[in-house]
Amino acid sequence: MNRPQDIRVDLLLIGQMVRPGSRVLDVGCGDGALLDYLVSERGADARGIEISQAGVNACVARGLSVVQGDADTDLKDYPSGAFDYAILSQTLQATRNPRNVLIELLRIGKRAIVSFPNFGYWRVRGGLFFKGCMPNTGTLDNPWYSTPNIHFCTIRDFVNLCNELGITIEKSLAISSSGRPIPWAHSLWVANIAADQGLFVLRR
Amino acid sequence: MTGNKGKKPRGLAGFAPGEQAGLSVILGAAAPLRLDCGAELGPFTVAYQTYGALNAAKSNAVLVCHALTGDHFCAGDNPFTGKAGWWDLMVGPGKPLDTDRYFVICPNVLGSCYGTTGPRDINPATGEPWGLAFPVITIRDMVRAQAMLLDHLGIADLFCVIGGSMGGMQVLEWVVNYPERVFSAIPIAATSKHSAQNIAFHEVGRQAVMADPNWHGGAYFRHNVTPHAGLAVARMAAHITYMSEAGLTRRFGRALQDRDAFTYGFDADFEVESYLRHQGITFVDRFDANCYLYITRAMDYFDLAADYGGVLAKAFARARARFCVMSFTSDWLYPTAESRAIVHALNAVAAPVSFVEIESDKGHDSFLLDVPEMFAILRGFLDSAARQRGL
Repeated sequence: MNRPQDIRVDLLLIGQMVRPGSRVLDVGCGDGALLDYLVSERGADARGIEISQAGVNACVARGLSVVQGDADTDLKDYPSGAFDYAILSQTLQATRNPRNVLIELLRIGKRAIVSFPNFGYWRVRGGLFFKGCMPNTGTLDNPWYSTPNIHFCTIRDFVNLCNELGITIEKSLAISSSGRPIPWAHSLWVANIAADQGLFVLRR
Repeated sequence: MTGNKGKKPRGLAGFAPGEQAGLSVILGAAAPLRLDCGAELGPFTVAYQTYGALNAAKSNAVLVCHALTGDHFCAGDNPFTGKAGWWDLMVGPGKPLDTDRYFVICPNVLGSCYGTTGPRDINPATGEPWGLAFPVITIRDMVRAQAMLLDHLGIADLFCVIGGSMGGMQVLEWVVNYPERVFSAIPIAATSKHSAQNIAFHEVGRQAVMADPNWHGGAYFRHNVTPHAGLAVARMAAHITYMSEAGLTRRFGRALQDRDAFTYGFDADFEVESYLRHQGITFVDRFDANCYLYITRAMDYFDLAADYGGVLAKAFARARARFCVMSFTSDWLYPTAESRAIVHALNAVAAPVSFVEIESDKGHDSFLLDVPEMFAILRGFLDSAARQRGL
């Protein structure tokens, strides 16, 4: 079994944003890699929601507290302000109502940490422009007819939605295809082209 | 106190009064058990069975709670039936509840007919069976009796309390009433309260028993008969609620029983009729009608939040256990929504809780059957809880 600290770099990036000892809800926690890291390396009281039974099985076997559920329908059952952080990693684009999920995340958590594939990434734009086909990058690797991702957005779209909802962006990172922050992507214009993923820390 | 394979008297389901199989202890002799109905019971007998060995620190005890018509033989051979115990798939060496590792205690519930005191036992005040003079009991009363058993065994706290259906109700009563005695809790296919529909089905069963002229107002023991026809109908109706429509269709469909055409009569033309009749007939040989009334009543009275202003989360406010809640997709008796309500309440008090809804077309009874996903989850949860407990 992998050690908790041996997680994907983009998850590690999220994990390191969480203050030690925090209460965390990881929505769409998959096999629990990030949760495991948060519990064992950050001393967090961390729980998860996961839609797949295989994911829940893996989490429970790791000793994590994970509830089988759906980000679209089950967030309403959590009390307001119950968590210091609500994390939504690479899941926003797969929800039926991303706007509502975002609102719920910031109701449940004092802060939300959200990452998503950037549809404004130059490879995506290039694929559409030159090949005329739906993008197939490392992050987006499902054909259009079977992708779980139904609500793509660009980093700019996401920033616009946050502005519309009055959400404060505390921190934003442009993430490269290797999962690392791009140090020179300072402006939104550059980030929206250069980033494979966007990573945001939000608060109400 | 030793195993006994003696044949029970004909027409008397369960074990004959005073007869014992497995272990048993007389409790409540010094101080009687104060029941929810206000009556006091004591001394009374608790029949139980244990599997595995208690460790020196007394930290590896697991309480297995049985369902409505269950008994204390959850594993190995059942001397009542000669068959494997009702949860032999779950409990035993190398199984999810590994008896090489855990000390498993399975008590028979109060009100039952398998050795723990119930309406079929002799009322010391009259010298004849209690019948309807037996006080009405609740799930919480059953759990109080179990706590007294643990006191008797010198076990301060449990590594785990686990049970399905009515067993899951007992698990929930444990964490609410004895929060400091439960390290982990696994309510499976359970509910936090009996719904109107649940009560309605039970009432059909009880009315079937009471409508049988052999019931004699519960005093059938005086007439040397049993209301077996009524009890069989009660079991047939209940059995339907333990299965799913998809399961029934897969197993029976509209297949005919040993015939090629309808008989145009009221014989069991369909396989499903024959199956249900068999379920009813075999049940009356192993269960007592008055016990059935009392235990179904206890389930109907079950409402965990009732003493907490109807707010389930308040009931769990003192709970300290880590939880693994489980439901089955095709269970329409205690559907997933009931388990989710439990999970939401536990989330509201920040209790560590895992929840999974398992895909199965076997209905409510899935928890008793070979459902590999359930075993995989339970194994994972128990292993991790054992690590946290230092077992």
